[in-house]
Amino acid sequence: MATPKRDYVRPLDLKTGRIDMNHGAGGRLSAQLIAEVFVRAFDNEFLGQGNDGALLPIPAGERLVMATDAHVIFPLFFPGGDIGCLSVNGTINDVAMLGATPRYLSASFILEEGLPLAELQRIVASMARAARDAGVPIVTGDTKVVERGKGDGVFISTTCIGTVRPGLEIGGARARAGDAVLISGTIGDHGVAVLSKRESLEFETAIESDTAALHTLVAGVLAAVPHDAVHVLRDPTRGGLATTLNEIAKQSGVGMMLQESAIPILPQVDAACEMLGLDPMYIANEGKLVAIVDPESAGDVLAAMRAHPLGRDAALIGNVTADSHRFVQMASRVGGHRIVDWLSGEPLPRIC
Amino acid sequence: MKYVDEFRDGDLARRIGDNIVHEADPSRDYRFMEFCGGHTHAIARYGVVDLLPGNLRMIHGPGCPVCVLPIGRVDMAIRLAFERGVMLCTYGDVMRVPASDGLSLMRAKARGADIRMVYSPLDALKLASANPGREVVFFAIGFETTTPPTALAIRQAESEGLQNFSVLCSHVLTPAAITHVLRSPEVQDYRTVPIDGFVGPAHVSIVIGSRPYEGFATTYRKPVVIAGFEPLDVMQAILMLVRQVNEGRAEVENEFTRAVTREGNACAQAAMADVFEVRESFEWRGLGQVPASALKIRGDYAAFDAETRFDLDYRPVADHKQCECGAILRGVKKPTECKLFGNVCTPETPMGSCMVSSEGACAAHYSYGRFRDIPVVSA
Repeated sequence: MATPKRDYVRPLDLKTGRIDMNHGAGGRLSAQLIAEVFVRAFDNEFLGQGNDGALLPIPAGERLVMATDAHVIFPLFFPGGDIGCLSVNGTINDVAMLGATPRYLSASFILEEGLPLAELQRIVASMARAARDAGVPIVTGDTKVVERGKGDGVFISTTCIGTVRPGLEIGGARARAGDAVLISGTIGDHGVAVLSKRESLEFETAIESDTAALHTLVAGVLAAVPHDAVHVLRDPTRGGLATTLNEIAKQSGVGMMLQESAIPILPQVDAACEMLGLDPMYIANEGKLVAIVDPESAGDVLAAMRAHPLGRDAALIGNVTADSHRFVQMASRVGGHRIVDWLSGEPLPRIC
Repeated sequence: MKYVDEFRDGDLARRIGDNIVHEADPSRDYRFMEFCGGHTHAIARYGVVDLLPGNLRMIHGPGCPVCVLPIGRVDMAIRLAFERGVMLCTYGDVMRVPASDGLSLMRAKARGADIRMVYSPLDALKLASANPGREVVFFAIGFETTTPPTALAIRQAESEGLQNFSVLCSHVLTPAAITHVLRSPEVQDYRTVPIDGFVGPAHVSIVIGSRPYEGFATTYRKPVVIAGFEPLDVMQAILMLVRQVNEGRAEVENEFTRAVTREGNACAQAAMADVFEVRESFEWRGLGQVPASALKIRGDYAAFDAETRFDLDYRPVADHKQCECGAILRGVKKPTECKLFGNVCTPETPMGSCMVSSEGACAAHYSYGRFRDIPVVSA
């Protein structure tokens, strides 16, 4: 007669196993999935508390910043990244754009029945690596499973909490006429990298997503200039640089004038957009930031950005104008002027 | 970007602009129609108007493929998806074209219709091969640029013996539309819409060549300069048109010699002639019925003609009463002369087709140029 081994649980089959409805039922299998996939990868003292919530210390006198982001992307893996690192970096960046130090992350997963466990493990490992590199632990989380056909493999929602030091005031409503507008690097890399792997669209390219956590770049910029020199920081993700600048113009009640020739763009991204009939100004970035700063500090901000590995292609691309119509305008390469409008719906390729 | 940046050079653009200003006769007006949406887009996107003299006006013509697609054709596509359960494939730009009942292909998709965006009709063929149990229909639209790929897809479907692939053909012809504009009462009556010349199509002309425009020069005495889609192409073409007008010439000239020949692409023309024949008449949004202006699939390929296969009937639908797309496409009105422009009709909520694609006169003006005529009600 076999004697059951004490405390032995047959491990999950991470090579060929797949998510099924039992993994989401809340029983022993759910606990096993959490222990063997998530806790093992994210391991930190706060997660180790083992409660449904995490008890977290924060520096005295600082203000809390909180941001949340839902991540859905197809394909799950793309050149330069995957949904895992994207979901960590994206939310850290939302916190960092207020000048805050990101401190803690939460993550919740909606898994689709049938998702290979090996893929899930790859995604979770990528999240763990991104969180470790950024120095921001994932301290709490949740998992649910939906039936096949009701998800796209995996959806990940993350929340980040950060703290910001007293006296630092950065926000989208603080752009003033005369301010300088800077971008930390080339635009459109992420969106084009993802597009290049879509089923109907595969094209040969070496373009990689720029997904990255930008808080150390922000810290470098803030350390280089007076505390009130940086007025707005924002990462131009969905909707691209054009949409982000329009959001800021609307919030601050100002206009902008950009110089098309100053906007950095990789030749291969430019060429892909040309071929697909898309405008790189509307293509998503995941590792770039827009800084709107006091014109006197523009040179120092630019130098600080370029001194950081994530900002070496940074450029001064225009300035803020007084404009009650809040138009973001651009002087084109040929010398004419045009509006750089909000993105209208999904960017769709033109036919002509 | 090699071979493209050269045609966006700022110094050269200013030099051509200076030449246009210098050579344009200040005592007269110049009105040129750029037929193609690609040109409309280039002019708006690069702010080319800022480099032109005040007495030279560009009129945006009907060459925006989605702009001239009538509501009734989009309705047909939506009916196919809803009532016949087909997998309907089409180009991206078409997704937003307003149809009846507040629908568009994009909204129909949200209501459960199986509508797929593709980059090429060959992608639709692939979908048909991969889904043998489904009827796959490619909603084919556009001028002579997109017609040869549709022809090749149909021929390939035949050679592969595909049983579940067909095409809802809505391809239209450029020269017929230009003739229609020239014959319109507004143009015939020189006082209403004077057109002094045309910036001729770029990609269309690669296929059909420059020869089909020669009649416009000889019969209607209108200069035509075929131009590429880059800003310097357009500016050089405008300079060439100014020179023709000044010298009293009416000729077909070719600025786009790096791609366009007089005879065009014989291989593409042969494929088109093999698969398609000219329809007696076709409805264009904004222009109404235009004789001999569109293509249908020949009887030899009837098995791949969605209109035959699904026994579809065409039901014309009138535009919104106040929509001025028709007058705008004929050059009679400017976008800002439409009461709907910038108010209820915006790129987010297009009422008329000219607001759908950034190649359309209204969307191009709204998205790129409305700072020139503020105030507009902001979105």
